[in-house]
Amino acid sequence: MANSTSDAAFVEFERVQKSYDGVNLVVKDLNLSMPKGEFLTMLGPSGSGKTTCLMMLAGFETATHGDIRLDGVSINNIPPHKRGIGMVFQNYALFPHMTVAENLSFPLEVRKIGKSEREEKVMRALGMVQMQDFAGRRPTQLSGGQQQRIALSRALVFEPELVLMDEPLGALDKQLRETLQFEITNLAHELGITTVYVTHDQTEALTMSDRVAVFDDGRIQQLAPPDQLYEEPENSFVAQFIGENNTLEGVVKEIKGGVALVQLDNGDLIDAKPVNVTEAGQRTRVSIRPERVEMDPTRLQEGAHTLKAEVLEFIYMGDIFRTRLRVAGKDDFVIKTRNAPDQVRLKPGQQIEIGWLAEDCRALDA
Amino acid sequence: MSDITADGPVLAADGTPLKRSLARAMRRQKLRALMLVAPLLIFVLLTFIFPIVNMLSRSVQNDIVVNTLPETVRALGSWDASSGQLPDEAVYAAFTRDMAVAIEAKKHTRLGGRLNYEKTGFSSMFRQSGRKMKKLDPVADAPFKDKLIDIHKGWGDVETWKVLQTHSGIFTSGYFLNAIDAQKTPDGVAWQPEEKQILLKLFGRTLIMSLIITGSCIMLGYPVAWLLANSTARTANLLLILVLLPFWTSLLVRTSAWKVMLQQNGVINEVLVWIGLVPDADRLILINNQFGTIVAMTHILLPFMILPMYSVMQTIPPSYLRAAKSLGATNWTAFWRVYFPQSVPGIGAGSILVFILSIGYYITPEIVGGTKGVFISNRIAYHISSSLNWGLAAALGTILLVVVLLLYWAYDKIVGIDNVKLG
Ligand SMILES: Nc1ncnc2c1ncn2[C@@H]1O[C@H](COP(=O)(O)OP(=O)(O)O)[C@@H](O)[C@H]1O
Ligand SMILES: [Mg+2]
Repeated sequence: MANSTSDAAFVEFERVQKSYDGVNLVVKDLNLSMPKGEFLTMLGPSGSGKTTCLMMLAGFETATHGDIRLDGVSINNIPPHKRGIGMVFQNYALFPHMTVAENLSFPLEVRKIGKSEREEKVMRALGMVQMQDFAGRRPTQLSGGQQQRIALSRALVFEPELVLMDEPLGALDKQLRETLQFEITNLAHELGITTVYVTHDQTEALTMSDRVAVFDDGRIQQLAPPDQLYEEPENSFVAQFIGENNTLEGVVKEIKGGVALVQLDNGDLIDAKPVNVTEAGQRTRVSIRPERVEMDPTRLQEGAHTLKAEVLEFIYMGDIFRTRLRVAGKDDFVIKTRNAPDQVRLKPGQQIEIGWLAEDCRALDA
Repeated sequence: MSDITADGPVLAADGTPLKRSLARAMRRQKLRALMLVAPLLIFVLLTFIFPIVNMLSRSVQNDIVVNTLPETVRALGSWDASSGQLPDEAVYAAFTRDMAVAIEAKKHTRLGGRLNYEKTGFSSMFRQSGRKMKKLDPVADAPFKDKLIDIHKGWGDVETWKVLQTHSGIFTSGYFLNAIDAQKTPDGVAWQPEEKQILLKLFGRTLIMSLIITGSCIMLGYPVAWLLANSTARTANLLLILVLLPFWTSLLVRTSAWKVMLQQNGVINEVLVWIGLVPDADRLILINNQFGTIVAMTHILLPFMILPMYSVMQTIPPSYLRAAKSLGATNWTAFWRVYFPQSVPGIGAGSILVFILSIGYYITPEIVGGTKGVFISNRIAYHISSSLNWGLAAALGTILLVVVLLLYWAYDKIVGIDNVKLG
């Protein structure tokens, strides 16, 4: 391909819209640009339009509006079989009437590759997923994890530059999922392929991706590397969806020196970093990560606001302690503390005082 | 799997072998299951299995000769047919006694009818002799040999007695031989005379036409089933109703409708003449031949092909086709290499259904088949209701059954019956 500099857009969605029924937009104004070699994950709740986006990229659905470009070329009118995009389906879609080797050989046969070269490529692709010994088996004779590996190597055997995966690990148990997550990212980086990965599992998205696109309601809510997504959510949907989060609702009293003073609905005052609020009087939903809550007010800044809290539950989880508190009239406020030798173990019924650094508490849209 | 471990059989908690206690536990369950199906089982047994077995047994049953002429059969036992001599007086006397009883019970004409299948002339011979032999006294009027030959010269023919002797067994292969255009003569098995050989041809025609009908059903049904399986639930339901629509009208009405369509003065011919494709004097003969039978039966049996195909295709997820295309296959390759092989079980199920149904079809060939388009079943019906040769009808039926079972077996060997899915 002509374009190989790593930061030029390899896959581009420009103002893409999609409607199945002519009434509802399933994808609303999607803009996305991916450089070559990137591992991008589309993360979002079920029904948010992730599969639809993938299918438009693969050519099985046509965009109602907008342009999709691959390596600078608009692919709206290229049929799926000419796009050369590798694809891993959620249910694997291994052809049940063919053996594993025949399944892998299929994309090479339709490309009219000679027999000896075909066999060599099939064995190499099976080698990538350590499945050489299973070449003669039928897909039904394999376990879920093995089928997944075969589906992966089938999508890679014809050396596509772009691979799409639609919840490929959805049907597997946790341990296997973790092993395969690791294998897939390794393989993708080793081969330098560009990957669009779809999942509704946020841990998967955070651990595997270079960047994550959080989908909701047919829009990308935030597109960022995992750490930024977790630490700097841009709106309350992302803050809620990624990781565990405490939210408190209130009204902005004032914004001064990069700090917003928020009055909670029960009258208490807190400090927060204004993210989606610009002026006093706006309603806001503030979000704070459980591990960023401070129980020792002496470690806070001079004059920082604190809140009274009552301990409801203390859960010992090994590496961390998870404590549930009643704060500002809500009893689902959670804090997490590291299991260190000097760490206090709170007891239910105990009254404590909590606070946080203003920049750890984000004032988002209501 | 073996139930024997290194230490002997696997034991249940109470020390009995596991297999035995499992069997005991299962027995009650089985008994209850049996009781649930018992009413249906009895019904099927009484109304289906029993009549069929009874019917099939007629194909070899031949007790009418022994039952009607018991003494004659015994006396004929010692007669050497190959000597060329007529049997002696003892046989004629026994025959007269038997006939006296038979005439009294009016059973002699039936015997004549039965033997007429083997040799023409017996029916009238028994009827005529019966009338005259009524006047003979089985004791006082002895000897009978010359008197009988006087009554009908057939009794002076060695052939007559040979036929009687040949067919005096309780069981006969005669009907089966008849069914394949052969006959059992006193000199062994021989072909029927040329002009009477029609049954083998009819069997062949039935098989070939059934194959053609099955083939046309596959060709016409496959795209429809595909469409059904690949449209939205609402469209699929609507289409399914259209497919099943023929079942809402009686078979007779549908077949008669084809008659209206295909006649020489029928709709199709009229249209063809009107647009000038066919000259008026040269109208196409579309009915009362094999063409008519094939067209009408394909139409009538089509749903039996579409439904199994549809239910198999429904289970093939669309992601297979998508996967094939994403791997670089064109629409046609994706269909032929990936979709079609998976739909074969549906074709198999539909084909078996249609073929077996058509091989025994009766009404449609009867109405639109004329003479050239009739099936073996029409011949069976003829023998049951017109010629009253039930033995031959039963033999033909048995052969039909065996042929179907053989084909089924062959299909199992080639395709594997496990590959047949009805849903
Ligand atoms: N083929 C289709 N026809 C009509 N609606 C569809 C079709 N596929 C998906 N949808 C609808 O589009 C929305 C998004 O679906 P999808 O892209 O599958 O979401 P996700 O993969 O994020 O779960 C859903 O509301 C779904 O009902
Ligand atoms: Mg999906």
